[in-house]
Amino acid sequence: MEPLLKLINVRKYFEVGTFGVKRIVKAVDGVSLSIKRGETLGLVGESGCGKSTLGRVILRVYRPTSGKVVFDGVDITDLPESRLRGLRRRMQLIPQDPYASFNPLKTVGYALIEPLVTHGVATPEEARELALKMLDRVGLTPPEEFFGRKPYQFSGGQLQRVAIARAMLLKPDLVVADEPTSSLDVSIRASILELLREFKEGLNQALIFITHDLALAKLVSDRLAVMYLGRVVEEAPTNELFSNPLHPYTLALLTAIPKLGKYRPKEEVVLKGEVPDASRIPKGCRLHPRCPYATGKCRSEEPELVEVSKGHYVACWRVLRA
Amino acid sequence: MEPLLKVEDLTVYYFTRKGVVRAVEDVNLEAYAGDAVALVGESGSGKSTLGYALLKIIPPPGRIVKGRVVIDGVDVTSLEGEELRRVRGSLVSIVFQDPFTTLDPVRRVGDQVAEVLTEHGVPKEEARARVKELLTSVGLPPRLFNAYPHQLSGGQRQRVAIAMAVALKPKVIVADEPTTALDVVVQRQIMDLLDRIRASGATIVLITHDIALAAERATKIAVMYAGRIVEYGPKDEVLNSPQHPYTKGLLASVPTLESSEWPKPIPGVPPDLRNPPPGCRFWPRCPYATDECRRYLPKLVRVGPNHYVACLMVGR
Amino acid sequence: MEVLGKLVSKVLKSLAPSVPERGRGMVYVGLGIVLAVVFMAAAAPLLTPYDPTKSVADPFLPPSWGHPCGTNKLGMDMWSRIVYGARTVLYVVFSAIALSMAVGVPLGLISGYFGGKVDRVLSMVMDAIYAFPSLVLAITLAVALGPSLVNAAIAIAVVYVPTYFRMVRGQVLSIKEELFVEMTRVLGLPTKDILFKHILPHLLPTIMVVFSLSATDAVLTEAALSYLGLSVQFPTPDWGYDLYRGKGFVLSGYWWLIFFPGLMITLLAAGFALVGEGLSEQVRREVM
Repeated sequence: MEPLLKLINVRKYFEVGTFGVKRIVKAVDGVSLSIKRGETLGLVGESGCGKSTLGRVILRVYRPTSGKVVFDGVDITDLPESRLRGLRRRMQLIPQDPYASFNPLKTVGYALIEPLVTHGVATPEEARELALKMLDRVGLTPPEEFFGRKPYQFSGGQLQRVAIARAMLLKPDLVVADEPTSSLDVSIRASILELLREFKEGLNQALIFITHDLALAKLVSDRLAVMYLGRVVEEAPTNELFSNPLHPYTLALLTAIPKLGKYRPKEEVVLKGEVPDASRIPKGCRLHPRCPYATGKCRSEEPELVEVSKGHYVACWRVLRA
Repeated sequence: MEPLLKVEDLTVYYFTRKGVVRAVEDVNLEAYAGDAVALVGESGSGKSTLGYALLKIIPPPGRIVKGRVVIDGVDVTSLEGEELRRVRGSLVSIVFQDPFTTLDPVRRVGDQVAEVLTEHGVPKEEARARVKELLTSVGLPPRLFNAYPHQLSGGQRQRVAIAMAVALKPKVIVADEPTTALDVVVQRQIMDLLDRIRASGATIVLITHDIALAAERATKIAVMYAGRIVEYGPKDEVLNSPQHPYTKGLLASVPTLESSEWPKPIPGVPPDLRNPPPGCRFWPRCPYATDECRRYLPKLVRVGPNHYVACLMVGR
Repeated sequence: MEVLGKLVSKVLKSLAPSVPERGRGMVYVGLGIVLAVVFMAAAAPLLTPYDPTKSVADPFLPPSWGHPCGTNKLGMDMWSRIVYGARTVLYVVFSAIALSMAVGVPLGLISGYFGGKVDRVLSMVMDAIYAFPSLVLAITLAVALGPSLVNAAIAIAVVYVPTYFRMVRGQVLSIKEELFVEMTRVLGLPTKDILFKHILPHLLPTIMVVFSLSATDAVLTEAALSYLGLSVQFPTPDWGYDLYRGKGFVLSGYWWLIFFPGLMITLLAAGFALVGEGLSEQVRREVM
């Protein structure tokens, strides 16, 4: 089956700085991924690894600096906005901060109706009906009460449900969820995840789940891609990644995260120092200054992703040596 | 052995224009030297307010209305002015989530740590030397004395904040979500540092919403809900045999690396603390609630050695 | 009309109890003054029986019950000239500012949102205009266009276009980075909707502030232009022009010839300034 989304060697660079001292921030530096309909891909990494930027590139909020983005067979890399607009219906975003994602001056009812009418999916009256039904569907009952409220009148959890409603009203084929529960209270996160899962199964969506929380990623994803400094360092089906992690960075993450239970990674790895700035990426393997296993080769040559077992890709010289 | 930290019937209210927020009510707990007490709760649970109360740094319009905090025999709540200032930093100190709040961006980092010492009577020269030692003890090269906060990474800034917090060797250190803003790998480094500090005899009060963090680092866990402690005890007991429905619900709502089961959310939302429900604060969301729960506010009851729970349904 | 209504309700909403004391007081006083002048202009025929362009009494009469502001060299009633002069001033000021906004705001929106070459060129042009001292520029343009009321309005409008442009562009640059704007793109909303339905409403408070402050300046500029004979032509009543006509007689003791026109200019400018300051006080607080 053809993948719904293909990323081919995507790079996204930003120029920052003023008056002479210009730096290039390589937020995404050569990522190739694909995702099939109905699949959930977990994109994990720490802040600064480029996962959020990658999510934006996928949705063509940013144009890639180089590389290709192919959605359902259509090369959307350089598509002009006018042609892209129609496709946008099919790929939506669930953002991290629900409050920031709504126009504070408009009611949520307006926010729900606007995209439907814009895309010609419904007339304003029909859209209102659809919006009310959707509010009810996501648990905001009675919907009429919530329809006319402004974003600040909702709790975080409620507003995130509205954000999900807004995205799902368009019945997208691809959903990018960027840390959708990080700003919410722990005990209600599960309900938001439930909601996402229900829609995903009902609409057979592809879901790209961006998070720094490995336990969460393990729960929702079919496959995981671990990112570091703009590149994917390991990619594998979920169970395989946790039972057989190979890349030192993956191992370091698994070693470092606080664990509620008995899981321990196969091998414990401790990294030195901190993540470098994305404008000063180390030569060779990006992790080498921090990696306890770094060798000469690691310092001079950047490893590419290699398939080491079915569906399991790693970019590491040490792993390839073994 | 006497407990190093004793909190008795502590009650803190915020007197806002929109009503009185009952942020913390009737909190009782004890901790010994070398303990790491985790205050676990979600937003609005009162954990941060409780942490600030230990140093009496509750921002207005908040006030301690009842109860006391006794640290190493000193009743902190009864202190004012100069006496209170002397005690902050030397008896009890705090590390905040965002090191930028603690650090002045226009002054060198070493000077700021030194100030903690000089404000408490240490002569300047001696202070400078001690600062260099302190920096080393928190894992920073002493030459960073001359650095400005923006030149340091997040982890380094937090270490400076910790250096400031331990400079006067306080008995109790409150850490308010000290690692939430940091990288996971750096988080571990910082928590290891706090562990070392604890090993030298201090008591750490760790405020966090991350139960997994509490699971790894705490010796005792206090679960807070709507301003009250609902369960308190040694970590293993609270985690392995939780008694309070909220604790159980919280544990069940968090994904772990080994469970393949979908986590279960707790239905409902925390109450408005200006108008909490009568009786047990948790009853609107509790699967075991009875009529009694609606009427009577449960007190902490002993259910095991050092294990306390505030729930009427316990044991039934 | 709808836009005007929205602006008015925005102002009224800004006067709601949540506005801090200082800001509110200023806005009330300032609005009071401006509205008094507007009333004066609108109700002119009710406020005076005389035609301001005709000689109706002896020249150089000092202020008295019959002529509250005295008469000028040609025996025209000064009070009538003041009252009808308000129409001139308000006409020029409001039409100039309206024109400024109509040009500056959309250009600022487009420049800020799209960036690129268009933005660079527009910014350069606007910066160039902005670099000129407003009075010098207004005078130059008025001279070039020829002295008349309409041309004065146009000259003043040009002077303030860069102000609106820069304010709007600056705000758009920061608003367009907001997550909710990003969402409008993700949702596939057409650009004109994004600009006018989502971004523009956030700019209204700032535009209101710039409006009042540029109105202040415009009053003074108009007075200067008419003082120099570049605006109205005699005998149309205008405060700035009367100032000019009256200045030669100060030494002769006919103080009322410059006092009342000068007072009105100052008062109206102050009125707008108070509104502007009061609103900006409130906007500052909102931003914080």
